[in-house]
Amino acid sequence: MTRLTGGLIDRSKTLSFTFDGKTCHGHPGDTLASALMANGVRLVGRSFKYHRPRGIFSAGSEEPNALVTLRSGARAEPNTRATCVELYDGLEASSQNRWPSLGFDALAVNDALSPFFAAGFYYKTFMQPAAFWEKIYEPMIRRAAGLGRLASEPDPDAYDHGFLHCDLLVIGGGAAGLAAALTAGRAGASVILADEDFRLGGRLLAERHALDDAPASDWVAEAEAELESLPSVRILRRTTIFGAYDHGIFGAVERVGDHLPVPQTVRQTLWRITAKRSLLAAGATERHIPFAGNDRPGILLGGALRAYANRWAVTPQAKPSDRVAIFTSTDDGHRTACDLLAHGVPVLAVIDPRQDAPRLGEYQLYSGAQVTGTQGRLGLSSIQVSQNGRSEWLECAVLGVSGGWNPNLHLASHHRGRPQWSDDHLAFLPPAEMPPGMGVAGAAAGHGSTHAALSSGASTAQALLSDLDLSAALPALPRAEDTQMAQGAFWHVPGKGRAWVDFQNDVTVKDIALAHKENMRPVEHLKRWTTLGMATDQGKTANVTALAVMAELTGKSIPQTGTTIFRPPYTPVALSVLGGGDTGSHFRPRRLTPTHPFAEQKGAEFVEVGQWMRAQYFPQPGETHWRESVDREVLAVRSGVGLCDVTTLGKIDVQGADAGAFLHRIYANMMGTLKVGKVRYGLMLREDGLLYDDGTCARLAEDHYVVTTTTANAGLVYRQMEFARQGLWPDLDVQLISTTDAWAQIAVAGPKSRALLSRIVDDTDLSNEAFPFMACAELTICGGLRARLFRISFSGELAYEIAVPARYGNALMARLMEAGADLGVTPYGTEALAVLRIEKGHAAGAELNGQTTAAMLGLGKMVSKKKDSIGAVMSRRAALEADTRRLVGLMPLDPQEKIPAGAHLFRPGEPRDTASDQGWVTSACYSPHLQSHIALGYLEEAEARMGEEIVVANPLEGGECLARIVSPHFIDPEGERLRA
Amino acid sequence: MLIPHPLLGPRDAQEFTYLGDAALLDRPDGMAEGAEAAFFDYTYLRDNPAGLHRELWFHEQGDRSWLVVTRDTVTHEIVSAELASDIKRRGGA
Repeated sequence: MTRLTGGLIDRSKTLSFTFDGKTCHGHPGDTLASALMANGVRLVGRSFKYHRPRGIFSAGSEEPNALVTLRSGARAEPNTRATCVELYDGLEASSQNRWPSLGFDALAVNDALSPFFAAGFYYKTFMQPAAFWEKIYEPMIRRAAGLGRLASEPDPDAYDHGFLHCDLLVIGGGAAGLAAALTAGRAGASVILADEDFRLGGRLLAERHALDDAPASDWVAEAEAELESLPSVRILRRTTIFGAYDHGIFGAVERVGDHLPVPQTVRQTLWRITAKRSLLAAGATERHIPFAGNDRPGILLGGALRAYANRWAVTPQAKPSDRVAIFTSTDDGHRTACDLLAHGVPVLAVIDPRQDAPRLGEYQLYSGAQVTGTQGRLGLSSIQVSQNGRSEWLECAVLGVSGGWNPNLHLASHHRGRPQWSDDHLAFLPPAEMPPGMGVAGAAAGHGSTHAALSSGASTAQALLSDLDLSAALPALPRAEDTQMAQGAFWHVPGKGRAWVDFQNDVTVKDIALAHKENMRPVEHLKRWTTLGMATDQGKTANVTALAVMAELTGKSIPQTGTTIFRPPYTPVALSVLGGGDTGSHFRPRRLTPTHPFAEQKGAEFVEVGQWMRAQYFPQPGETHWRESVDREVLAVRSGVGLCDVTTLGKIDVQGADAGAFLHRIYANMMGTLKVGKVRYGLMLREDGLLYDDGTCARLAEDHYVVTTTTANAGLVYRQMEFARQGLWPDLDVQLISTTDAWAQIAVAGPKSRALLSRIVDDTDLSNEAFPFMACAELTICGGLRARLFRISFSGELAYEIAVPARYGNALMARLMEAGADLGVTPYGTEALAVLRIEKGHAAGAELNGQTTAAMLGLGKMVSKKKDSIGAVMSRRAALEADTRRLVGLMPLDPQEKIPAGAHLFRPGEPRDTASDQGWVTSACYSPHLQSHIALGYLEEAEARMGEEIVVANPLEGGECLARIVSPHFIDPEGERLRA
Repeated sequence: MLIPHPLLGPRDAQEFTYLGDAALLDRPDGMAEGAEAAFFDYTYLRDNPAGLHRELWFHEQGDRSWLVVTRDTVTHEIVSAELASDIKRRGGA
């Protein structure tokens, strides 16, 4: 097809692109759809279910048929609407859902079998046997049906998130939107004007209407230039406002780089726009009229046909002599005929079911007539026109179908407001309950004429701004046509052949009739039974027509039959842009401990602990298995001295005159009696009485405590303590701050730890008498560096934790390594830390899993009955008190038998089932000290069963072993080592 | 959503952590007679109204205030937001 004259394309430049490998040409200003038409391509895709040949049906984002895969390789983007793709040089597009080729598709056999694929086919057919669904039916259906395929490689492009704020968000840059933006922008309001197209103007670009006797595009260009010059106006082209959320927040996707051969900095940006007021000026979408065989390439919406001719200077004709017909139930279709005649396109006839159809130009008019059939295998070749009981076949290649216009009110109902039917408009209008602060103007509000669009845009903007106490003057608007277009209530052509309602999901009038017969009459049932409106186009061209057909079948009115409401997104949004840049290493923050450089330099293996990267173990040359490294580190601590970064444990500074009283209520055990210079182990409960967290509490001064938490609960405990401080006891004089990241903390553990620390502290006596177990102090080290020292032990050895300001952490580690070289000082990681605490029987996350109590840990007596603390009352519930499960140690009879954490415990000879379950293993490891595998676990009636044998079963992976029940304190149960 | 923080003005809801019913401010006295029954209600029983709901939000990515926000659960309209500590000092939720 050669081009018509005129159009908003730049003929001075030629762009080349390929469709299914064939090279084509277009111009800047083209969409992929208009360029395909210009190259004579009529067949662009296959339908979802029947694999019917399909062509371009619309000129906008409502497109149901022309879905292509854009680009290739990692950038391949399936299900892209050719009508929305801005042409660029080198564009690569391919058709979908066909094999081996678009012209000959083997699965088109589905079309011949269509009597079997009626509504509810899948529900009815693939019921039995149930087991077949997942393995056979579903994969089979998924292979046969479906659209494009996703790229399997990671998306190479960058995506961004941004925030914008404005007084007025104008959604849509057509006549109404431009008038609104001018009104608000001139008044100095901050305005965002967004349009999904790459060119402002909306429907003004698609019509031949004059504004002030000049082409409308002249006025659009002037308005655009003025808006560009206003500092408070921001224009977002290629931007879809896809959702209206609470409190004036809108989601928008700006396609920043989709129109470039290779997206430059960012491909798309997700904007979160907070608007004080919003104006919906999204225009209207034309509806079609279902008739037999209405889905052939060459049949398209009449308004789209007009848009292609006027804006892009193309038609879907294969050659200029091909004839074009119009089937319309509204005056609007006659306008299309006039525009085509003005372009010199041969118009065969206008077929209008109304007896009193007007004639607006020099064309043959069939009034009181209908299109009742079509022919043409891969594109339209003729139509059957029936009039007064007679029918004839007319040769034509293109048929424009116009059934009226539906306002694009989607965003207006995103807060669940129900669109209202208007008998005057024969269409749904925006709901009475709009999202707060939103107004509607132009065709979206049912104002179809250009004059009404311009003036309603300006006056609605003025009214919205006056809510904000901003006064705006109405602009002088250009003279424009003000024709009232009559819409007809003609919803489909009755007949035997298949008449498509929803093209993308292949739903026909017959399917709706069947759903009606099978009593799937509420619109929600109709939708799910037939899949109507559930494709990627969300039924933009189908839903209202389907509702009208159903209304006709039930003999009810359209509003009685139901309304559809809309949810975000307005058009599909790529997951990539929702994710923004949060992929790979940016998926979540990565926190490094202060001694990370030291650990890296030592060649440590790291493990992710929440957001933290912690050293897991430090392999030495010659060590081939992680156990070798871990066993060495553990033995080094037990016999000498080891160093471990424990910064990740939560630290909360608690200060104030009532700090002690506050902590007394937070901890289950007595904490108010803690003396200055002392540390106490503490348990925190949840209000339901179960264990929440454990840690230490150190009193550095009368009014100053430092609380530690587990790594995992650092944030949660702080949040809970703030809740207690502000929401429960605001009258206590106490302040909290999280200092987890402020202090680097290093555990110095082992019998030689005192010797090592003595070498770096300034003038502090670390003897057992002067600084006994559970002592703490603020002091200086290394000649003046302020530090905090705590004599606490997770390993069960003589041990300390020393804290310095975080920036000194790495240097302190280096200093300790240097100072302790002759003592054999050894850095150890989280694995050795775990082995040491399991050997000692100290609880960690696996023992405090949210289902356990202080009593189960053997610490029931710590929960004070003399005071009210969080969780204390509920911890005394009868059911919890009756629980006999206690923490025990387990040693396999064969020391080399590994006990898996998570295994369950059973009496020998009893069935391995839930009823016989005796408890479970929480933590397990190999103990180099005992030269045996060991484990901790909770066991029923544990106290009476010491020394007995029990079965440790792992039904998940298979295997079980016998173990002996022992004290959880495998090492030094009397605590002599840590008091040494 | 936007939460009108009494000290900081309108803030994006993403800065906050949600806890739930503001009745949690009315913690029973654990040393009083009948404390167990009172704590059972306090811990487990919540109203779930379609309409105005007073609820706790923590400005975790902000100034770490606990707020009591009165929100319509049907429309998400926020009627008021106050500091939890102010409400507690006035005598509870």
